[in-house]
Amino acid sequence: MKTSRTIALLAGAAVAALTMTGCSSGGGSGGSKSLTIEDYYQASYNPIYQRCAKEVGAKVTINHVAGAGLIAKVLQQASSRTLPDVLMLDNPDIQQIAASGALSPLSDYGLSGKGDVPAVTAAGTYKGKLYGLEPVTNSIALYYNVSMLKAAGVTPPKTWDELRTDAKKLTKGKTYGFAMSNINTYEGTWQFLPFFWSNGGDEKNIATPGAAQALQFVLDLQNDGSMSKSSINWAQADVNNQFIAGKAAMMINGPWQLPALKAAKGLQFASVPIPTRTGAAPVAPLGGEGFTVPVTKSKDTMALAGKFVGCLNKPAMQTYIAGVTGNVPTNETAADAWAKSHPDVAAFVTTTKTARARTGELGPDWPKAATKIYTAVQAALTGKASPMAALQAAQSQSQ
Amino acid sequence: MSVSVETAVGKRAPAAIAGHPGRPRARVVTSVSRWLFIAPAVLYVAVFFGYPVVKNIVMSFQDYTTRTFFTGEAPWVGVANYAATFRSSLFATTVVNTALFTVGSIVAQFVIGLGLALFFRRHFPLSGFLRGLLLLPWLLPLIASSAVWKWILDQDSGALNQFLGLFGAPPVPWLVSPNLALIAVIGVNIWLGIPFNTTILYSGLQSVPPELYEAASLDGAVGVRAFRYITWPSIRSVVSVVIVLGVVYTLKVVDIILGLTGGGPANSTQTLATNAYHQSFVNFQFGEGAAVSNVLIVVSFVFAIVYISLSRKAVDE
Repeated sequence: MKTSRTIALLAGAAVAALTMTGCSSGGGSGGSKSLTIEDYYQASYNPIYQRCAKEVGAKVTINHVAGAGLIAKVLQQASSRTLPDVLMLDNPDIQQIAASGALSPLSDYGLSGKGDVPAVTAAGTYKGKLYGLEPVTNSIALYYNVSMLKAAGVTPPKTWDELRTDAKKLTKGKTYGFAMSNINTYEGTWQFLPFFWSNGGDEKNIATPGAAQALQFVLDLQNDGSMSKSSINWAQADVNNQFIAGKAAMMINGPWQLPALKAAKGLQFASVPIPTRTGAAPVAPLGGEGFTVPVTKSKDTMALAGKFVGCLNKPAMQTYIAGVTGNVPTNETAADAWAKSHPDVAAFVTTTKTARARTGELGPDWPKAATKIYTAVQAALTGKASPMAALQAAQSQSQ
Repeated sequence: MSVSVETAVGKRAPAAIAGHPGRPRARVVTSVSRWLFIAPAVLYVAVFFGYPVVKNIVMSFQDYTTRTFFTGEAPWVGVANYAATFRSSLFATTVVNTALFTVGSIVAQFVIGLGLALFFRRHFPLSGFLRGLLLLPWLLPLIASSAVWKWILDQDSGALNQFLGLFGAPPVPWLVSPNLALIAVIGVNIWLGIPFNTTILYSGLQSVPPELYEAASLDGAVGVRAFRYITWPSIRSVVSVVIVLGVVYTLKVVDIILGLTGGGPANSTQTLATNAYHQSFVNFQFGEGAAVSNVLIVVSFVFAIVYISLSRKAVDE
């Protein structure tokens, strides 16, 4: 028994030594190195990865996970030490995963978020160290049905008052003037944030008069009959379907819906930044996903993965990704050029400049605040409590 | 282990020949082999049932978060998770919703299921086919059927409201009103549970000897009286099984609720099970999630004990 174990140990050590020499020789010649990538995108992202793979001289294995299952999978991989070499994370999750120690700081690979929208870089930063870079970002804006607005003699709204009167005018028969998602998930919170933040709302304490005013405004839209009561069950994709079906004249949504909107026959649409009470620029949340380099066994592979992430974040690459996905380049100069050549995303480019990262203030504690916000929205819109009472109840909730 | 058995078995024959002195050894052999026979079952239960339950109990006393997965550290926090759970304003709501959901589902499923089982006991043309059709809700993937139900129950363009509209009824906010959402969700769960109730009760009815009814009809016991004095006493043990299993199945329902309402609107369909899911897999507070699910396990366990005692009683009878 004992001898066999020793033999096994020796054999194992020999194999390990062999692989190590194999690794280092591979590093010298390059080309034969491979990287694993994990994200929740579709296959349309593969050519993007292939480009950077070519540039850094690596073979890539791409693993697309279904959106909702990504974090669960990452946790599983973290405990079994099988994390991928390059990991995509939704930006509000980056700090939480970074806090667990699973990610390596990107400064190790000489990377920084210089030139990118500062709020985007902030979302990828935890305790002063950069862990994730977002090549492209997005936010939400107000889409409108051009022909419906023309028929009603309405111009796109800039203030809440205008939005409210316009939505009323546009509500006819089976068409609601306005649609947004107020669902009891983080999506609902994300859609309410432009109203909440632009009016002085703050996630540290959500029960403030400004926040109540914002919630009252959304409630007014519903009480006017301009927004369907079903909005509390709609995800953003449902809102988009309502808009495409002509059941909503205006909607809050993001640029990732552009491919579906463009594919809809006979639909003329355009977008403007989300109206605010005073007509000032909105404070909307920043979306998009960051690329990170998890801590894995091989320093060499991690360095290569760092190079790969750096390649994805180059301005030229950002523009290429924006073209594939409909999002906005994060680099400020690239974004300006992009807005000029792509008027249909101009509203989003404008919005991202003044946008805020969801984890900017609370960091890894953001999910708790996000739960409170959608809980309050749901309570107010279902008539369970007045906006102020709903916000107070949610704020004191011990979740 | 197998080696020791072999030697024991090999030595058994001479020991038996030797007579008395071998007896204790033979007894050891039989007891060892007895244990060997139940070992696979014990191992299976320990690995697939014992371990998760114990782990869940331990987890509920720990601060088990995303961090734990990487560092392996889960600080001991005593009863803090339970305190947070019981103190949460959501806890009372979820307990009430769980009770309403379970009782509402079970009563309706059972009554309708029994009615259908009695109905299908009479053989009529296509009865076999219709009985097969009844299993349909069972055969559909839950996620698919809940997505379809979500469309049917939609306030503005759902099939149900379109149908009710034919009779001039105003659109009903099935999944939108906090007062109606739980009723709608219970309704869908009833639809889902009928096949189980019907099938089990039907097979229970099949085992009632027809001679009993013949004899009873001679004494004038037909219809309701035949049901009261023959059918019901004969299927009572099946009934208790159906109800207790139904309760345990219903308590843990997560998928239908998540598919239809996600626990909303305004937490009006949030149950203990969905709350546990939410804590663990949305908020990643695995400690608190474990605490909530342990409450659920205790409740289920009580019903499991009721089930065991009932089935034991049935055997004794």
